[in-house]
Amino acid sequence: MILMREVHMDLISEEKLENMTSMEKIRLILDKVKTGKIVVLESGLTPDEEVRLIEMTMTEIRVDEFSGIEIESYPSKKGGSFLNRIFGKGLKGRMTVIGPANQIHTIEKDEFQISTKVSVGD
Amino acid sequence: MGFMSSFRENLGAWIKKIFKKKRAKIGLYGPPNAGKTTLANRILKDWSGGDSMGTVSPIPHETRRAMRREGLVINANGSSIELDIVDTPGMATKIDFKEFMAFGLSEAESKKRAKEATEGVIEAIKWLDDLDGVLLVMDSTEDPYTQVNVTVIGNMEARKLPLLIVANKMDLPNASPSRISAAFPQHCIVPISALEGSNINDLYQAIATHFG
Repeated sequence: MILMREVHMDLISEEKLENMTSMEKIRLILDKVKTGKIVVLESGLTPDEEVRLIEMTMTEIRVDEFSGIEIESYPSKKGGSFLNRIFGKGLKGRMTVIGPANQIHTIEKDEFQISTKVSVGD
Repeated sequence: MGFMSSFRENLGAWIKKIFKKKRAKIGLYGPPNAGKTTLANRILKDWSGGDSMGTVSPIPHETRRAMRREGLVINANGSSIELDIVDTPGMATKIDFKEFMAFGLSEAESKKRAKEATEGVIEAIKWLDDLDGVLLVMDSTEDPYTQVNVTVIGNMEARKLPLLIVANKMDLPNASPSRISAAFPQHCIVPISALEGSNINDLYQAIATHFG
């Protein structure tokens, strides 16, 4: 008999992310990942949000409970309106996958593709 | 970020570009075990007469506190630049104490190291707000597409601060700086061996050009 194991994955749309503050996005991601969920963000995070997510993750690491996150995204793309580029808001986040470090492992990553393996616990 | 603070930040970056200064505070960033402290020690040995910045170890997260050395004068390409060098702890998105036990540390030592390593990552991130530029140190034998590399590069691009990629560990047989060039073609890459000192003068010239 084949034993089926489940992976819970949340794909979050660009529209939802656009209406959230940076802190709300980071809290949403960490709350989901700490319960074992994989999160895929359609439009990713800004570089500053990525670094704040790593910072927040470090404060929440606990022995035998949570060892951190695996996060994979493509390098930011230049985009946005002319005015946004002038005022330094021209870097656009790209699709990002985030999961618990003990469950998600990157197999291969390049400019065009991210391959990850998800392990499911007993 | 508000409109005015964003405007001020970008205006500051433009002014810095126009009035290039000859003194810069440079952070050494990268994943654990990329050779940041080995490079910091090499720079100090070459330009301050033999001091060292910190100890190096094959166990990841040996550097768990940022260390700063002020007033290093580097002469290259007929010009000189005064640098404050900040050797930062390795950046990571995960820290599991069991990884340290695989290197022979006791459980108690491993847990202590893991706790200090998380604090070190936070310290490295805080330093990003207080630098004029970054030397991003990568291990040339490893896949360059790590999230740490992508995040540090993204942050420097967003802040419009200069970045130089150091392709380290060129002394190892499977080193491949071309993989790094292919991954980040928009940035200057200098292949070196911080351990052996090979190509180090090219790095000093690039530092004088980029940060001077």
